[in-house]
Amino acid sequence: MSDTALEQEGGGRPAREPGYRSYFLVYAALVCLTALTVTSASLNLGRIAIVIVLCIAGTKAVLVLLYFMHLRYEKRLLVSILMPIVVVTLAIFIGLTYTDILFR
Amino acid sequence: MSGHVAEAVDRDRGRIGMWLFICTEILLFGGLFLLYSVYRYKNQADFHEASLDLSRFDGTLNTIVLITSSLTAALAVHELRAGRTARTRLLIGATLLLALTFLVVKGFEWAAKFEHGLYPSAPHLLTLPPGQILYFGLYFTMTGLHAIHVIVGMGVFGYGLRSMSKGRVGPERPILIENATLFWHLVDVIWIFLFPLFYLIS
Repeated sequence: MSDTALEQEGGGRPAREPGYRSYFLVYAALVCLTALTVTSASLNLGRIAIVIVLCIAGTKAVLVLLYFMHLRYEKRLLVSILMPIVVVTLAIFIGLTYTDILFR
Repeated sequence: MSGHVAEAVDRDRGRIGMWLFICTEILLFGGLFLLYSVYRYKNQADFHEASLDLSRFDGTLNTIVLITSSLTAALAVHELRAGRTARTRLLIGATLLLALTFLVVKGFEWAAKFEHGLYPSAPHLLTLPPGQILYFGLYFTMTGLHAIHVIVGMGVFGYGLRSMSKGRVGPERPILIENATLFWHLVDVIWIFLFPLFYLIS
């Protein structure tokens, strides 16, 4: 099938695009992580619960970005310039807000 | 030949433009998430109380619905690039149906809140502690803004289907569907964060 051919080409570098198999694998992972996050929330883990839940959400978001949104196969411009700009901007305004709140 | 190259450049440009827009969306929702985290930090007990009112089942169901719609959207682009337009239409149709399901579940959820006197500026809501008012304010603002994004996404997919039948979009010119799908995945990513923060924190 052309899907698998696409996935296998290119040796070291990631292939141009994921095929059916990787899409379904990512989907299965997303569903499992959803189940995991719902279970963890009903376990009454106290303060650490929010950390666990956010880590799972972060993992899911990264999976969607890398595979569904093809960021893994994207141009340099996007991956190494645009994304860091967004992350740094967010970090600055989150960081400054919290230094204000915590040390006022 | 030069036409082919121009088309390729055009596709890159279209996609990078879409990513720029997605970045602004991330910043928009990022600001709201920051607002949420600060208010939650200051009103932990109230946020905990208020989140008990949300239906965890509805939230989980909608998460699965949206993730599935993301899969069908991703497969639609895959099929379009492979030139199988009939399957592309089918998958976009499935995506639209799942999006509609999401909105219907959301609608029932909001309707249940309204019945319990929980809507912005409702007399009952205003008698609750300030932290709970903030929680529901953020809940309606953020899920509402997200729902608007779902509706816009559906509109773009609908337009994409129409353009496909008119021949303006196809395996040779897939930008519209590709970008609609990118937008759709963004909607999914935002929900991935909304879900635990509103439904699972109690």
